[in-house]
Amino acid sequence: MLQNRRAVVGQPTPLIDGIEKVTGTAKYTADLPIADALIGRILRSPVSHARILRIDTAAARALPGVRAVVTGEDCAQTYGVLPIAMNEYPLARERVRYRGEPLAAVAAVDAETAAAALALIRCEFEILPAYETAAAALAPDAIPLHPDKPGNIERAVHHRFGDVDAGFAQADLVREHVYRCAEVAHAQMERNAALVEYDPARDSLTIWSTTQVPYYVHLMLARCLEMEASRIRVVKPFVGGGFGARVETLNFEIIAALLARAAGGKVFLPLSREESFLTHRGRPETEIRLKLGMTRAGRLTACACEVVQRGGAYAGYGIVTILYAGALLQGLYQLPAVAYDGLRVYTNTPPCGAMRGHGSVDVRFAFEALLDRMARELGLDPFAVRRANLLTAPCETLNGLRVESYGLGECLDRVEEASGWRQRRGRLGHGRGLGMACSHYVSGAAKPIHWTGEPHAVVHLRLDFDGGVTLLTGAADIGQGSSTVMAEIAAEMLGIRLDRVRVVAADSALTPKDNGSYSSRVTFMVGNATIDAARALLARLTAAAAERLGVPETAVQCENETFFAAGNDGPGLAFAEVVRAALAREGGAITVKGTFTCPVAFQGGKHKGGAVGATMGFSYAAQVVEVAVDDETGLVTVENVWVAQDCGFAINPLAVEGQIQGAVLMGMGQALGEETRYEKGLAVHTSFLDYRVPTIGESPPISVHIVESVDPNGPFGAKEASEGALASFPPALVNAIADALGLEIDTLPVTPDRVLDALARRRRAQRLAQALEEAL
Amino acid sequence: MQRDPPSSQVKIRRFRLNGRMRDVLVADSTLLVETLRETFGLTGTKQGCDGGECGACTVLIDGKPRLACLTRTEECEGRDVETIEGLAKNGRMSRLQRAFHERLGTQCGYCTPGMIMAAEGLLRRNPMPDAAAIRAALAGNLCRCTGYVKIIEAVEEAARQAP
Repeated sequence: MLQNRRAVVGQPTPLIDGIEKVTGTAKYTADLPIADALIGRILRSPVSHARILRIDTAAARALPGVRAVVTGEDCAQTYGVLPIAMNEYPLARERVRYRGEPLAAVAAVDAETAAAALALIRCEFEILPAYETAAAALAPDAIPLHPDKPGNIERAVHHRFGDVDAGFAQADLVREHVYRCAEVAHAQMERNAALVEYDPARDSLTIWSTTQVPYYVHLMLARCLEMEASRIRVVKPFVGGGFGARVETLNFEIIAALLARAAGGKVFLPLSREESFLTHRGRPETEIRLKLGMTRAGRLTACACEVVQRGGAYAGYGIVTILYAGALLQGLYQLPAVAYDGLRVYTNTPPCGAMRGHGSVDVRFAFEALLDRMARELGLDPFAVRRANLLTAPCETLNGLRVESYGLGECLDRVEEASGWRQRRGRLGHGRGLGMACSHYVSGAAKPIHWTGEPHAVVHLRLDFDGGVTLLTGAADIGQGSSTVMAEIAAEMLGIRLDRVRVVAADSALTPKDNGSYSSRVTFMVGNATIDAARALLARLTAAAAERLGVPETAVQCENETFFAAGNDGPGLAFAEVVRAALAREGGAITVKGTFTCPVAFQGGKHKGGAVGATMGFSYAAQVVEVAVDDETGLVTVENVWVAQDCGFAINPLAVEGQIQGAVLMGMGQALGEETRYEKGLAVHTSFLDYRVPTIGESPPISVHIVESVDPNGPFGAKEASEGALASFPPALVNAIADALGLEIDTLPVTPDRVLDALARRRRAQRLAQALEEAL
Repeated sequence: MQRDPPSSQVKIRRFRLNGRMRDVLVADSTLLVETLRETFGLTGTKQGCDGGECGACTVLIDGKPRLACLTRTEECEGRDVETIEGLAKNGRMSRLQRAFHERLGTQCGYCTPGMIMAAEGLLRRNPMPDAAAIRAALAGNLCRCTGYVKIIEAVEEAARQAP
């Protein structure tokens, strides 16, 4: 029934908050009224690993204009996103574990005074050995960063599914290879910032922050400030991107609140770009040792994968990341046996976290690159190898992931056709090539991090005398367009104009709690909750309309803002009339609630860590990348990208295209140039000159093909559309370089230096082979 | 230590801002982005970096795209400064604003004001730019959301809607 009515959903729709963005009136955190606020600044550790012997703030406190100074002494509570791994203090206590970690913070009458106060704070340290790499932290003589984690192993995962040895024994070709991926950062355009207003008379505070997860911020402020949650209000203004950087409470948010309380007033704490990089939570540096078994026909027989992630100094999402890396080996192709060994390692570098395609991207790079390598060895076409391993939905993977809809085959067909793969591949001339790869991602983690017994999503719809429908949701629109999607769903379900729906989002004083904008959960979960709420509201309106029309409720239909009796030619009742009748009947303004919960059956396997990766709907993507490689300079230019994604159903095709194009370019950034770097623990990538995200100058045309498999559980059949396409870019690029020059690249990013090194290695090998041949 | 620069360094500067003559009292070191955001409350001009790297603060000075975070306010004396707030006339979005909105040239919106002002500067000097000219003109404006494809489409669409 839902599929037949498409007045609003399925139509390309500009963002409902887009006009504010293009006219400059959208207010982001730094744009809020701050003229009367104190300015906060953070003192950061100059050393990577040390015992803190003393932090002397007396001179800073004595400086005129300074209104508050806080240190680790002011907060004895840890925070963190996973209830089982909260091991971070907002301001370091006793020990500092990475260069740039907050030690103290100041609120003063202006930025200059705050900066001067920071310079007056004296710190004494007892330096400890620092470990910048996973290998160094894992060395037998390394001291543990956290006393409860000997060997600096945050989490070791060992999963076995199926008979791996038998699988490799059945293979005609077994290959093992090591791939390395640099650490990358989200580089969202808006710098981190928080504005906190503390009311000393009431002991209450309001925070406006650059967050994707207002609810988690709320929880952690209550915990760290030891305040009742009801005295805290969390508001998310416009947010300038996230990509996972803001899916956990971040230290500056708690620090701003500590400062505001200590100063007894209002504090604005803006972070510089450098500090935003240091706050980090990016994708970890990862080494992947992957072994695959394949038959001559290209069927996979077994997979063994070892992953080591350099996690940084604190837990964050680390346990989830290392579990995702193993879990999402599955769910894309048919795999008869899988062994996964993952190590998440603590190091003296800024903490990593969740980044778009969380946990899946680097492992997918290795998998798709090795798949192509083996296809070449067997003389098989890359598309044929993927097609030989397709799943059949519905099915359940060995690790308990349920696949209910599966459009990968159609994605392959679409990009093969659109790219002219069969006609063009191998005929592009010297230094030019085509490569392809596939990927997938979850539409929301089916098991929430915080198990509270509540639904996974709640939406309120409110209707009053003005005939406007107000949709109240805690979901954080960070630019992905979630508010627009919810408005579209409500309008579609109620048979009303889109502009009759207004969305009030992410203000804890008004909106129902939402877990946040991560794991691509919002369209799927909050969308389903919106459908549920709209049904409830429609039932109330239908009852009122039936009474007025003098027909049974079952005979009432609503389209184009008109309620009418089925089969009756009368003019029907206008929406406004029905609203009046309903309000009179119900005794005033109507508020309804809709909810959504992922059933337990979708919450993953029974093995330890089995919940991670489980979702109600996987998106699927395939893409073809065309490159030109200059073998003089090593420069790789992306000429064209064709990408197809099965998003189930495109509620807003315009936004789906935009999300996919953005994901592809973020994949291109990771593939070609992005890399964090540390010199003796000092982050040296902390500007856009040193951390090179792609510019429009090198941006390729990205042709998007939307595949709609209509998921049985998604809202209108929709699944995620924002993350799945990222992971197939890096392997498609590397596969295209192999096609162009026959070069095997196994390290990201593929900088010109690495291409030249690979060319030089090949020339040496060729000369050696030639010399050997001549000698014989 | 509170901000209190010697009065000799503080002068009244007069320039045209979004079509209105404005006088503003600024120190020599005051940046245009501070004057726009803090003195005039024109927060549409964004700052995404620590200086000169991202393009989010792009405004037009005498019709040419300039970075407000690298421009001292005193340099604007007697000149014509335009910001994103000055583009809409009588509440009507400019052709670029409309095209960015309708074609989804904006997602999170943070780079958008700077991107639109850089594109406005381009269209004034080259009314019908091709994709290569658009790429060249906007290469100093970073966007992390869109993959740039719809930004190029929006500028092309705006060019077609020439007044």
